[in-house]
Amino acid sequence: MGTDATAQAAHEHLTTPTRLTGAEIVWATLVGEGVTDVFGYPGGAILPVYDALRKFPIRHTLVRHEQGAAHMADGYARASGKVGVAIATSGPGATNLVTGIATAMLDSIPLVCITGNVSSKVLGTDAFQEVDITGITLPVTKHNFLIFRTEDIAPAIRSAFQIARSGRPGPVLVDITKDAQQGTAIFDFAAAKPRPYRPHPMLRVEESGLAQAAELIRHSKRPIILAGHGVTESEAMEQLRTLAERAQIPVALTLLGLGGFPASHPLNLGMMGMHGESWVNHAIQESDLLIACGMRFDDRVTGTLATYAPKAKKIHIEVDPAEINKNVKVDVALVGDLRAVLEELLPRIPGRDGSAWIKTIEASKGAVAVHDIKNLPDSGHLWAAHVVHDLWRITAGNAIVVTDVGQHQMWEAQYFHHEHPRTLITSGGLGTMGFALPAAIGAKFACPEKEVWVIAGDGGFQMTSAELSTIAQEKIKINIAIINNGYLGMVRQWQQFFYERNYEATPLVSPDFVKLADAHGIRGRAVRTRAEVADAVNEARSAPGAFLLNFLVEKEDSVYPMIPVGSALHEMIRRPDNDPLLESADDK
Amino acid sequence: MLHTFVAYVEDRPGVLTRVASLFRRLNINIHSLTVGHSERNSLSRMTVVCDASAEAGHRIRASLFKLENVVDVDDIAGAPSVTRELALIKVAATKHTRSAIFELVEVFRARIVDLTAESLMIEMTGVESKIEGLIQVLNESDSRILEICRSGKMTMRRGHHTSGVLRAMGADPGEKPLPDDEFAGAAEESAAIESE
Repeated sequence: MGTDATAQAAHEHLTTPTRLTGAEIVWATLVGEGVTDVFGYPGGAILPVYDALRKFPIRHTLVRHEQGAAHMADGYARASGKVGVAIATSGPGATNLVTGIATAMLDSIPLVCITGNVSSKVLGTDAFQEVDITGITLPVTKHNFLIFRTEDIAPAIRSAFQIARSGRPGPVLVDITKDAQQGTAIFDFAAAKPRPYRPHPMLRVEESGLAQAAELIRHSKRPIILAGHGVTESEAMEQLRTLAERAQIPVALTLLGLGGFPASHPLNLGMMGMHGESWVNHAIQESDLLIACGMRFDDRVTGTLATYAPKAKKIHIEVDPAEINKNVKVDVALVGDLRAVLEELLPRIPGRDGSAWIKTIEASKGAVAVHDIKNLPDSGHLWAAHVVHDLWRITAGNAIVVTDVGQHQMWEAQYFHHEHPRTLITSGGLGTMGFALPAAIGAKFACPEKEVWVIAGDGGFQMTSAELSTIAQEKIKINIAIINNGYLGMVRQWQQFFYERNYEATPLVSPDFVKLADAHGIRGRAVRTRAEVADAVNEARSAPGAFLLNFLVEKEDSVYPMIPVGSALHEMIRRPDNDPLLESADDK
Repeated sequence: MLHTFVAYVEDRPGVLTRVASLFRRLNINIHSLTVGHSERNSLSRMTVVCDASAEAGHRIRASLFKLENVVDVDDIAGAPSVTRELALIKVAATKHTRSAIFELVEVFRARIVDLTAESLMIEMTGVESKIEGLIQVLNESDSRILEICRSGKMTMRRGHHTSGVLRAMGADPGEKPLPDDEFAGAAEESAAIESE
């Protein structure tokens, strides 16, 4: 991070066209786009850019693997709503970004990734550390640029930011040859502004569609709102809430939709889909009208399509025209920004009595709620669900939780109740193990005043655990909860249900995570019983630095309910009656 | 069903890959693809023909539009349009066998564009069925086809410039839009020309 003088100099570059090197133009353009933090890893082909960094008021975080840089930029973007920026060198540096870029693509996260490449003279000759990264990332970016002229750098980066954050957001990669970084050009920030953003020409919100949607809502007896990630992306929380409250329509959420509608709201049903609660999925199957808001009918929320919500008409409000009728054929498509569409729709929605339908759903909750793990007394075992639930209770939900992928992710979604958007950061579409730790670092940089918790499994944590060094080097305060069951738990669960308990390659030997943390100068503690959970969580929270809790939970617990792949949404595998959880319960 | 997409794309490296990659990802085989300069300096025009369901047609068009280098996409389903293909066909022929081929070429309104002692080259422009007709007749005759090179389909809608996107960018729509009945007449007229 530069001094005030460098900040002033950088600011002058933005207002007065100046001759700069390509490397300086990279930073000057980032400053102009409002960037304050970047995550990266240097190397030969990006060295000119690194050499110029000290002249600009941007904080660079050195990662331990470029995948971490992409995930940190992603976590930064998800926590802040701003564009995240990752930087890497050519060849392996660039390819290491790919998993992170794909993660952002599948979840529509705005990223700008900048990579160096070999000089334009040797481009395409298999020079040392050369790779065709624009070719490789073509299907996992919204767009990418190969830049080999200094004067093209600023326009490309400015376009990249516009593309990343517009419409349905996503990652953009800018690959810059070394000679373009070393050359000079007149930097004119204003002149490098891209053409005005062109909205997708197939966006369509017609009078007739709005009227039809309003009519369907008016006449529906059993409507449900399906709220997805688009609620957060388009900041339509208020509009969604108004729609739900005025028309008394219950709201079911996708994984990435969690937080977009308050968990404590009486109309909130909870998460739908593969690991959604039974009443949510039953309600969807019984519904006569689904109002899908900023979600894409992913296979994890629909179950088998042939039997999905057979009685329901469908209204789809979605910003990406390519999502309309992709998985589920809809009756009314309102293709546009969710908030704008809801603003137009709301004046047509009169008050409505939805109490009968809500009562029906409530009644179906009863039996399940009694069996809920939260209501069970301490049996001496440590269950992951208890850990997550206690964490929620102790933090009063006022934390950003960043999860990895697997069983713990689903338990988090079930037992940590999110009131606000951007408080659950998780890889939904791509399901990227190793996401949590680096993404949490990015989230902490975006929201330094917020309490940030990593919840990760013992498997996924080890995929990117080297980023503990980054935490140590940057001296940031993150709390880490490892849900350690000695298995690749979700895969083991599938083997249990669908592969006759053939636990091939899922038992997992891990290092002593507390010692691993200690080796990084990070304090930690192992937790074996439920009685210790609260004290351990409080110790982690009050510790001045990062803290790691190694929760040694039951080894063969499974996530219930579960819809097997290929089954209908109402065909759930329920927690078996001989489950030790229920055996020790008071209600049995 | 067969879809014909007409796309205006930026004329720069890599754009063809982006378009082709979209079809590859959906596992859709491209029947034919033609690219060339358009009436605008910076834009190329593509005609892409592929076989996909009607729903996939909507998704392909929407996905094409999501590519930053794609400026406009038209799905010419059953709309009044003119489609042409160019074929070069090399046939083995000596001075003794030429005259039969000359007759065929005459009937199909094709042209001989090259002639050597052992072969001749036929150039033919027309709709796909006409070109296939000539190839079939050549195959059924005693002639031996040595090489065939076909351009793939090129398609253009009838009437004035139909691209709203390009008009918004300042494209010349040609004549002022014809009233509906006149337009119908014009379409019939051009239909008559095509059927010749």
